[in-house]
Amino acid sequence: MKKLIQTALMTLVLLQTSLVNAALEIEITGGIDQARPIGIVPFKYEGTGTPPNIVDVVAEDLRRSGKFNPIAVINMPQRPSQDSEVDYAAWVAEGVEVIVVGSIKEYDNNRYMVTFSLIDVLRGQITDGKGQRLSDGKLVESKDHILELPRQVVIEPKQFRQYSHRISDVVYERLTGNKGVFRTRIAYVIVRDGAPKPFQLVVADYDGANEISLLRSNEPLMSPAWSPDGTKLAYVTFENRRAQIYIQDIYTGQRTLLTAYDGINGAPQWSPNGEDLAIVLSKDGNPEIYVINTKTKALRQITSNRGVDTEPSWSPDGKSVTFTSERGGKPQLYSVNLTTGKTRRLTFTGEMNLGGSITPNGKQLVMVNRTRGKYHIARQNVKGGDFKVLTTTKLDESPSISPNGSMIIYSTLYREAQVLALVSIDGRFKARLPVSNGQVKSPAWSPFL
Amino acid sequence: MQLNKVLKGLLIAIPVMALSACSSSSNSGAGNSGEQDNSNNTQVESNDGGNDSNVAVDTVERQQTPEEIQEERDAGLRQTQTVYFEYDKNNVQYQYNDLLAAHARFLVKNPSTSITIEGHCDERGTPEYNIALGERRAKSVSKYLKTLGVSSSQINIVSYGEEKPTDKSRTESGFAKNRRAILVY
Repeated sequence: MKKLIQTALMTLVLLQTSLVNAALEIEITGGIDQARPIGIVPFKYEGTGTPPNIVDVVAEDLRRSGKFNPIAVINMPQRPSQDSEVDYAAWVAEGVEVIVVGSIKEYDNNRYMVTFSLIDVLRGQITDGKGQRLSDGKLVESKDHILELPRQVVIEPKQFRQYSHRISDVVYERLTGNKGVFRTRIAYVIVRDGAPKPFQLVVADYDGANEISLLRSNEPLMSPAWSPDGTKLAYVTFENRRAQIYIQDIYTGQRTLLTAYDGINGAPQWSPNGEDLAIVLSKDGNPEIYVINTKTKALRQITSNRGVDTEPSWSPDGKSVTFTSERGGKPQLYSVNLTTGKTRRLTFTGEMNLGGSITPNGKQLVMVNRTRGKYHIARQNVKGGDFKVLTTTKLDESPSISPNGSMIIYSTLYREAQVLALVSIDGRFKARLPVSNGQVKSPAWSPFL
Repeated sequence: MQLNKVLKGLLIAIPVMALSACSSSSNSGAGNSGEQDNSNNTQVESNDGGNDSNVAVDTVERQQTPEEIQEERDAGLRQTQTVYFEYDKNNVQYQYNDLLAAHARFLVKNPSTSITIEGHCDERGTPEYNIALGERRAKSVSKYLKTLGVSSSQINIVSYGEEKPTDKSRTESGFAKNRRAILVY
């Protein structure tokens, strides 16, 4: 089976890169037209056997970021592997500004030397590859068109995929000024009806690869949340026929019960410093927000209100918590300052706004908006204004923001099944993640790992 | 499960009671045979020593007491353990009055029996908000039962929100089936 997939993948690679998308099952549903053309040139291979696949992973990463549009290999004017071989003008003529070139060399037994560099062909054309700068009053060759000087690394084949993501991170950060998230992970819940222990808590690479099951249960699992150091997940489990919050170390598998109060134990979210979790308990009547210390388990009640208060989410500075409340009638988003207790309403657009969270730069609020009965992912400025519905998919819920703030992963309905989807924070780029066998929900994007 | 047992118990108990009433009243009458109830054939035959039938015995159906009628009706009603809710609503609809009253009478009579009320929602809205909504539904059923005299110690509540839909079609009729509270014995 694996062989077959490999063969199929290779065949597709030979055909053209755009077909590889289909094999990887990612389906980009909008926004490529605004992306910047980039040339990810197939790396020169010096060795025996099948060349390892690095550039396809890089091209996929960059395409999926919504910011780049890697051109198809057949449209490339040439296949250089280093700067000295680059015909700058030929690339510029194709509308490409930047290219990634590199090589893979068999190093020793089962190890390979991978080299890559990033070249600004537009600048290269202007300077003819001989850019100069002033140094000690003299003009010296600067080669300032080479954005990343050749980087070299010796790795084993099992590291190829991870290193490909590393290349993507370097390219993304160099060209956007923002950190890439290609080596982050997502946690989510899969429900496989009919299977034994149908509820599964899983983690996977951000692109859905390397899916690993952390917990299987006969009863629902909900609301996974990453600790800021990326080593633990807090989540809700109904394994004892009641809601309980557990913390699980993703590496050791060790599980610790955090809360098992009467009623709701839900919606855990780690504070930015990792010492506390904001949670929802209904032990005294209706659902209220609490902050619980992970070590002492000491509780501090944050909200007190006759209606539902739920879905807490920390501001990036840890000083306030955004939450959903019915205090004004239908659910809307509010923010409470944890020091002063001062609460203010954040949302006023649409019938309801739920599941709010703030982007890492503290400026934007992402939420689930209901307008005319339809649930979509939306965003607005935290200080108000610039409200925008980002999605057109169906029954959207559980938005989780990437640690660089550029992308939102959420759960939606596609062909009668719950799947994960991506939308960029500006709403221009849209994609669906690989559909696994079952209903996929409650995605949580990890911090930088 | 336990409901079924109760119902079966009643089905057996009622005819036996009827029979014992019959036999005590017709004790003096010799050679009574041809009982309608097949389960008693062997006993009748052994008393009689044969199965000649020069007589035909009929019986009068025993009148059930109002309590028995109520109990029988309740047992039937209690076979239904689910009540449904309107969209975004958590009030118990009037059509479930009889159903919940039957459960309440049973729980009041059997104070050692406890139930779990599960609250469920349709798949619209966020999972966390639906957990809150599901709890509100379960609580409104709980409150209803308590008004009818059920002790709060007999009632547990758990909200599954939108995590356990019974119909996954995501149609209006599917949503309606998922907005429910279940009384689990």
